[in-house]
Amino acid sequence: MAGYCVVLFESISHAVKAEKIVQKAHIACKLIPVPRHLSSDCGICLRIPAEKRVEIDELLRQSLKGYVIAEL
Amino acid sequence: MIYFDNAATSFPKPASTLEAMANYLTKVGASPGRSGHRASVEASRIVYEARELVAKLFNISDPLRIVFTKNATEAINTVLLGMLKPGDHVVTSSMEHNSVMRPLRYLSRRGVEVSVVSCTESGVLDPRRVREAIGPQTKLVALTHASNVTGTILPIEEVGEVLKSYPGIGFLVDAAQTAGATAIDVEAMKIDFLAFTGHKSLFGPPGTGGFFIREGWEEQIEPLERGGTGSRSEWEEQPAFMPDKFEAGTLNTVGIAGLKAGVDFVLHEGIEKIRKKERILTERFLSGLEAFDENVKIYGVREGKDKIALVSFNISGLSPSYVAQVLDENWAIMCRPGLHCAPSAHRTIGSFPVGTVRFSFGYFNTEEEIDLALEALKSLIKKRDKGA
Repeated sequence: MAGYCVVLFESISHAVKAEKIVQKAHIACKLIPVPRHLSSDCGICLRIPAEKRVEIDELLRQSLKGYVIAEL
Repeated sequence: MIYFDNAATSFPKPASTLEAMANYLTKVGASPGRSGHRASVEASRIVYEARELVAKLFNISDPLRIVFTKNATEAINTVLLGMLKPGDHVVTSSMEHNSVMRPLRYLSRRGVEVSVVSCTESGVLDPRRVREAIGPQTKLVALTHASNVTGTILPIEEVGEVLKSYPGIGFLVDAAQTAGATAIDVEAMKIDFLAFTGHKSLFGPPGTGGFFIREGWEEQIEPLERGGTGSRSEWEEQPAFMPDKFEAGTLNTVGIAGLKAGVDFVLHEGIEKIRKKERILTERFLSGLEAFDENVKIYGVREGKDKIALVSFNISGLSPSYVAQVLDENWAIMCRPGLHCAPSAHRTIGSFPVGTVRFSFGYFNTEEEIDLALEALKSLIKKRDKGA
């Protein structure tokens, strides 16, 4: 799927926290089931626009550990 | 019915608590963190938002530092049993509830040294006595924020200040009686572990509670239980990250939904307003009791500012259980007589083994109810004098 990345988390709690942080920055995102070809520690991941990848990484790094951003 | 047993559990609950629970059961239903479908995600949001509100109330910057448990007892047990090993030393006070005392007595039989710092007959703790009790093996200081027997507030901030000089010693505070009723700030009070219950002044349902762990300390606590977390499913080892490390098994999502609404109610009303109202009720009752002179013995401190909204007393010549029974049967006043799961506290104030009558007020009580209760006590004293 062109144009999207996903953020994978250690725990659902982390994913919900990340969703709130990204939404607060007015960036469109969505919690979705982890695509089959990606492995992850929890069942859901955060789908983000690929062009916002660096910006979102900066935002999340301040208050979350253990997440990975992957291409879809 | 007049309900003066809020220190056991608060009643009534705000309508929003019930609505949030009904909403979860009828419209969400799913298990948080166990799938990627929208209902599960919504359940996860409810739980996360409950963490956010609890964190806000106690000035905790990261909501992921909050662990949910079934009550304060489970929270306290997790910290005490998960941290203390044979040879370790722990300091506590003589005003503790059995939720602290019993796990500590259990641990002392397994080689943990326990020091119980004596409080005064009013239940007042001198922070200097805590400092004096600290030794080279001390790993933890565990204190109640306010006694469930006398209502006396312990000097948590002062003890936190003392412990600043001992960075290796953890500070556990049992906020079962104070969370939602008085201001708690884990930064200002330098609290490392804050145990709370959801069903008292936080207005959640029974079966909810939790604790805060300061960053770094979770590595020193073994979880009480291990099991499914919805995370790291490919691993057969418990995850080490927060909050999953301490949340094995399906959470009480319906309870946490109610707790979220309860904490939201507290934040919306404001601790200052809640505290003020409860203080007015307590002081009104205390001054009414004082007018009975030698007929009534009041335990604990008398100033409303030094205590939470509960009063322990005895009517001379009448047993606490008799007083409570007559108040229930003749006046529909619900209170709690006896030892209140805190024998050490009753020994400290000189009411062991008979105990006391405890009236514990809540935000929904009224001055009219206080006045009616005072009338009831007056009639009980009259009845006693007539020998009836």
